[in-house]
Amino acid sequence: MKPRSKRMMLVGGGVALLVAAVALVLSAFQQNLVFFHTPTDVIEGKAPKGKTFRIGGLVEAGSLQREADGLTVRFAITDTAKVIPVTYKGTLPDLFKEGKGAVIQGSLGPDGQFRATEVLAKHDENYMPPEAAHALEQAQKTAATVSQ
Amino acid sequence: MIPELGHFSLVLAFVLALVQAVVPMVGAARNNPSMMAVARPAARGQFVFVVFAFGCLTWAFMNSDFSVALAARNSHSDTPMIYRITGVWGNHEGSLLLWAMALSLWTVAVTVFSRHIPDAFLARVIGVLGCVSTGFLAFLLATSNPFSRLLPGAAEGRDLNPLLQDPGMIIHPPLLYMGYVGFAVAFAFAIAALLSGRMDAAWARWSRPWTTVAWVFLTVGIAVGSAWAYYELGWGGWWFWDPVENASFMPWLLGTALIHSLAVTEKRGAFRSWTVLLAIGAFSLSLLGTFLVRSGVITSVHAFATDPARGLFIIGLLVLVIGASLLLFAWRAPTLSGGGSFGLVSRETTLLGNNVLLAVVSASVLLGTLYPLFLDALNLGKISVGPPYFQAVFVPLMTPVVVLMMFGPYLRWKSDAAGAVARRLAPAGIASLLIGIGIAVAIGHFTWRTTLGLTLAAWVVLASLQLLGSRLRERAGASMSSRLSTIPAAWWGMWTAHFGVGIFIIGVTLVGSIDANLDVRMKAGEQIDFAGYHFVLRGVDSVPGPNYDASRATIELSREGRAVGVLQPEKRVYRAMGMPMTEAALDIGPFRDVYVSLGEQLPEGDWIVSLHRKPFISWIWAGCLLMALGGVLAVADRRYRRLAERQMPASAMQQAV
Amino acid sequence: MKAKFLVPLFLFLVLVGFLGFGLTLDPREVPSPLIDKPAPAFRLARLDTPEQTFALDEMKGKVWLLNVWASWCVACRQEHPVLVDLARSGVVPIVGLNYKEVRGDGEIDARGLALEVETAQAIERARGWLNTHGNPYNLSVLDIDGRVGIDFGVYGVPETFLIDRDGRIRYKQIGPVTPENLKKVLLPMIEELKRAG
Repeated sequence: MKPRSKRMMLVGGGVALLVAAVALVLSAFQQNLVFFHTPTDVIEGKAPKGKTFRIGGLVEAGSLQREADGLTVRFAITDTAKVIPVTYKGTLPDLFKEGKGAVIQGSLGPDGQFRATEVLAKHDENYMPPEAAHALEQAQKTAATVSQ
Repeated sequence: MIPELGHFSLVLAFVLALVQAVVPMVGAARNNPSMMAVARPAARGQFVFVVFAFGCLTWAFMNSDFSVALAARNSHSDTPMIYRITGVWGNHEGSLLLWAMALSLWTVAVTVFSRHIPDAFLARVIGVLGCVSTGFLAFLLATSNPFSRLLPGAAEGRDLNPLLQDPGMIIHPPLLYMGYVGFAVAFAFAIAALLSGRMDAAWARWSRPWTTVAWVFLTVGIAVGSAWAYYELGWGGWWFWDPVENASFMPWLLGTALIHSLAVTEKRGAFRSWTVLLAIGAFSLSLLGTFLVRSGVITSVHAFATDPARGLFIIGLLVLVIGASLLLFAWRAPTLSGGGSFGLVSRETTLLGNNVLLAVVSASVLLGTLYPLFLDALNLGKISVGPPYFQAVFVPLMTPVVVLMMFGPYLRWKSDAAGAVARRLAPAGIASLLIGIGIAVAIGHFTWRTTLGLTLAAWVVLASLQLLGSRLRERAGASMSSRLSTIPAAWWGMWTAHFGVGIFIIGVTLVGSIDANLDVRMKAGEQIDFAGYHFVLRGVDSVPGPNYDASRATIELSREGRAVGVLQPEKRVYRAMGMPMTEAALDIGPFRDVYVSLGEQLPEGDWIVSLHRKPFISWIWAGCLLMALGGVLAVADRRYRRLAERQMPASAMQQAV
Repeated sequence: MKAKFLVPLFLFLVLVGFLGFGLTLDPREVPSPLIDKPAPAFRLARLDTPEQTFALDEMKGKVWLLNVWASWCVACRQEHPVLVDLARSGVVPIVGLNYKEVRGDGEIDARGLALEVETAQAIERARGWLNTHGNPYNLSVLDIDGRVGIDFGVYGVPETFLIDRDGRIRYKQIGPVTPENLKKVLLPMIEELKRAG
């Protein structure tokens, strides 16, 4: 093989590989980005139906209930403006508590219940998950526009 | 008094670092031997002062001196001694000090094991390391002083985050930092090479063992971190693609590419500019990783807003270090081109392919890690990039890496015949495919991912054995022991590390496909059968710990009527923070772990118990340790020691000139 | 040929540019037109003794905090211990503005409720809440319909205003007061204002 065509093959192979990799990364990105919505967004219908997304806010005090099996829990998550009922089956993280911030991943059922697949809590008692804090902030800003 | 001594010592270390950064560099540029000779004593002096400062901080923690703000925030008088000590680096300031200490330790090691390196080159290496050290110590002193006092002192500390009060966390950060910082040495050699214009393969030869040792530390550090997450976070996951984990994984990926690229540069003189770029990249990602994790930006970009001084300093330091080295690269790299040419089918090609793929994987991890940060910073909304993205990208990109890894050792340098190699590897490949499909069907999990993983793993194992066999057949006449002893340690290193990859894939694939998990409500005396095991919850007792109160369950584990063991998972509440913690209990076996953790206690007094059977999970860490062992063997190669002796006269000559 | 070696540097600079730009934005900073302006005057019924009123002028000559709160506000619970600690230290008097105690609560349909009934309910709820969580306030006033809140440009609850001796608003904290920003922002400002007068 001539050095020139050899070089072309190497370069061509490299470019093809890079294009394939970029295509792979982009498609994986498209499919697997998890968007974050506040409870207000969800109530207003801005959240996708049947797709996985995250909601954040505070676990409403007194809302935590357990089914007879002890594993399925129901609670409500709120950004202080709107409230979303959540169901989850599994063990809750250590730092999950009523009145504390939480971020929940899952999807919205047709009945308006949020079916959680994952409940995230962070590693620090004093620390509010940033998404949860964000949801509260959003709700406060909206409250302003409503009341004015 | 002692904290002030520590602070003062840190200031002295900073001054020495500055001297170490400037004087030898100027000396090397002016060819002034006495200025270059400053490098060694300055580096060693700096080491002494940094260690002293670290000792002072440790003293404050050990003696529960809560007038030191850092100790008050991260320790408690009830904390066991070992966690008081590890609490020193369980926070931003202390971990940066550990970083600085690791850096000066590496620098001193370079000054000791560098007799074969010409003085001018060494002066530049030490100078570059001095620059990095200066930046870090300045950052510590200006924005993150670990010795700042609390006036009046606190009566009691707030305790170390309970998650960090664990044996895994004793060794994980030091190992990880030794790895991160070790890449600073590879970086310093690359920059010194660019500065000196000495672009032959010599710098690659000198920096190879250092890079490999750093890589070994990082490998073990990541493995320990993953094991810690596995048993400490309480739900049996071993890798989460969490930004903190990614921060250590990205330098590892580029570091892996770097140690292979260095081999090519040393042996064949090829890939010169690419190797330099990888060295810069690996260290840049280490820096980025340190800052991302420690500045709190990962949890929220707005962590910067709460402490803008720190944020600006970090950005400034990153821009200075990375920007300057990339500028230097752009300026000097054109002189690097050339080197050994190679054919389309050659060992170089497989290594180049792997290098590019590893860099692409690393870039895609970087993208996935930083993209949410960017969107957040630009106020474009909040998103998260979860494990599915990383898995979707990682598996297809790493599969060709593994395949190329098997072909590489069979191929000759420069050029080889494709047909012959394919014929040698094809039978093993076909056999592996059959094994993969066979096992996947047998375990009842015939999906493409499981089949792919098992096939690859089987292929790596078979090809490794085949490679060993053919190596041993090379000298058919000699006795087995002499045949074994003629194989250089470096070859064993390569073989062991590659074999470790196969073991690793087996673990990952099987844990990912057939692990079993059951969350169940149990009361004392209740029994349950799950995954072939019989669990009896004997009871849950209250057990006080040194700084926590625990509810400890006693669960008897048996299989087919034979007792296997007693598991005692705990739910702890750490008193100082009032923070609950799950402490899992494991029965570890070579082919499976049985993993039990306690969930919440229900109002009626029952407990939620989480039961897991994790097949082959220890193979994941065994694989990592084999990779690390491979690195150790490679460094132990006699070649390096011989080289050191042979180079002596050469450097002596250079000094004379 | 040389240009290709600049590619890594270029990519890096783009990265830094993004990061640097992002960091200049601080979404928490909502500019308030009221900063450095006189606080809107009000006269409202006190929570502890509803037959008495409290007016802004009564704090003239003092540096003080006006904290907007409500029992239905979950984030208030988060900041409450911080306020209680602050009150205990006696550094600065805190006046509570109880904001839309009844009609702000999403759970309750307060339409058609007579004002007296609503006020009575509000007093009961607010006092109960302070009893359970502690009372950091020198006194609280009742903003039943939220009119005063609107005058103050309240975005949401909680919010905290720092008011100087002349009755001008010097700082506005949107969202909960954290120990962090208390230490870094509020306390230094309070010290400065006290010294200035």
